[in-house]
Amino acid sequence: MPLPLLKEVAIMLEFSQQLINGLSLGAIYALIALGYTMVYGIILLINFAHGDIMMVGAFVGFYSITLLGSNIVAAMIFAMIACAILGVVIEKIAYRPLRNSTRIAALITAIGMSLFLEYATIFLLGPQQKVFPQSAFPLQQYEIMGLLITNKDIFIIVSAVVLMIILQFIIKQTKTGKAMRAVSVDREAAVLMGISVDKTISITFAIGSALAAAAGVMIGVYYNTVNPLMGIIPGLKAFVAAVLGGIGLIPGAMVGGFVLGILETFVSGYGSSLYRDAVAFGVLILILLIKPTGLLGKNTGEKV
Amino acid sequence: MQEKKRNWLSFGGEVLILAAIFTIVQYAITAGLLNQYYQINLASMVINIILAVSLNLINGFTGQLSLGHAGFMAVGAYASVIMTNMLGYPFIAGLLMACLAAALAGFIIGVPTLRLKGDYLAIATLAFGEVIRVVLQNIDAVNGPAGIVGISRLTTWPWLFGAMLLTILVVVNLVNSSYGRAIISVREDEIASELMGINTTSYKVLAFVFGAMFAGLAGALYAHYFYIIKPETFNFLKSFDILVMVVLGGLGSTTGAVIAAMFITVLTAVLQSFPAIRMILYALTLIIVMIYRPQGLMGNRELSRQTFGRIWGGRK
Repeated sequence: MPLPLLKEVAIMLEFSQQLINGLSLGAIYALIALGYTMVYGIILLINFAHGDIMMVGAFVGFYSITLLGSNIVAAMIFAMIACAILGVVIEKIAYRPLRNSTRIAALITAIGMSLFLEYATIFLLGPQQKVFPQSAFPLQQYEIMGLLITNKDIFIIVSAVVLMIILQFIIKQTKTGKAMRAVSVDREAAVLMGISVDKTISITFAIGSALAAAAGVMIGVYYNTVNPLMGIIPGLKAFVAAVLGGIGLIPGAMVGGFVLGILETFVSGYGSSLYRDAVAFGVLILILLIKPTGLLGKNTGEKV
Repeated sequence: MQEKKRNWLSFGGEVLILAAIFTIVQYAITAGLLNQYYQINLASMVINIILAVSLNLINGFTGQLSLGHAGFMAVGAYASVIMTNMLGYPFIAGLLMACLAAALAGFIIGVPTLRLKGDYLAIATLAFGEVIRVVLQNIDAVNGPAGIVGISRLTTWPWLFGAMLLTILVVVNLVNSSYGRAIISVREDEIASELMGINTTSYKVLAFVFGAMFAGLAGALYAHYFYIIKPETFNFLKSFDILVMVVLGGLGSTTGAVIAAMFITVLTAVLQSFPAIRMILYALTLIIVMIYRPQGLMGNRELSRQTFGRIWGGRK
């Protein structure tokens, strides 16, 4: 019976192909979600501007390739440095004065910051989308056991995993990481232990924004274009990923990112691509209603 | 006795002022003193006032941050257009259907989501708003992403004025009733008001449903004024737009919402040719207001005859 077998193999191949596409999308979501979750973990703020920091990163990457002629890795490093500084500046100017005010005030400020980054970029660079230079990253396809894998997929997945390992190292093994964890558990106790809370929060923003910048360059590579509003939808979806995994939890953001990326690719691959955007929000609504603390989250009681 | 009489007198005065505003504008329109440009901006001003006042009921008085107001506006717009344009019912039926449909949507979305608090609620309402938009984009009966064009212009100044008045009256009276006190207590301290025996969820849902209903009304007026509706018009940026008005006016101040809606409409009209600058100003407004005056222009105070009385040093 060769025919049914062939069909099964085809289904398996199709499935694996979708899985690979989902993995690279998921890696991008996971990187952005990490920044969301780190910031949320430490100051309980949904940093709406995070997606737009990613956009700025993509533009820095774009200009360092087109103007400075750097290669893709250098572009990524430039973008990460620029966005780390941007993240720290944003926190100093906009979020620090609000640290003791209501959560809603901080959230609205974050929305304002997001709009500001988007439209300042439009004002400075124009609203048109720019084509990410192909010369910096010539497309190559490899066929491995009938699966098509591009060097883009490999680049995205490998660099995302490397960055995540570095992040894990910083958080688990260094003094800075220890301080970050301490501040997120109990800020006041951390102060009493001699930890500089301001410095720790700044570092958190720097690291989170740098990861977003890396994701921005990856999105430039993945979709071949950059535009000033490109941060909105991936930003929202990465937030969904962070909530899905359990906001405030670093492993949660990774798991959530990959799950969402794979889920989305499957929906657009097997169902309607028009509903792709609804998937993320549907997942968000479900998770909020069923288990608001996320897949990896623990329930905590409400303190009076 | 004296006090009551005075109240009635000033009530009569208010009615007179409102009637005067209505008549003057109506006269200006029929006499052709207001050209098309001013009329369009007047209509968006009134629609924005309805949206801001209704969102303020949810965000300002109940203290539940909702970022999905444009979604309810979309529900109202589409429901009314289906009634009038597609099924041929009169405009009033379209308006009623818009209110009903949006209120129903508010109920369906409110019951599960209002159990969530703070940021989670904000993000869930944002998600629901976006889901409404994506669903509309995928319904072929309403032309999907292309939207509905050729809607007859049925929204006139009397409808706009009447709807605005109705919205403000209902919101103000709701807030000043015993329901309103319960709603405000939820904002002030949810746990404490729960301990006082207030069913916080049902009051939150009540405010949410009323807010959604008036957003639907605004959507219906919008659809029948601007000839065309597209799902994209009602994305979350529109929700943010309304939020800016509420925040600028002061969370929990109806008059603040009205003033801010008028101000933002004028600002938008002036900066029409520079959309990027307008949005940058919006963004800076949000950030600066939140840092330096988080309570907004009016705080939670109202501009009323008492305020004027105080200014002129007269009655209290």
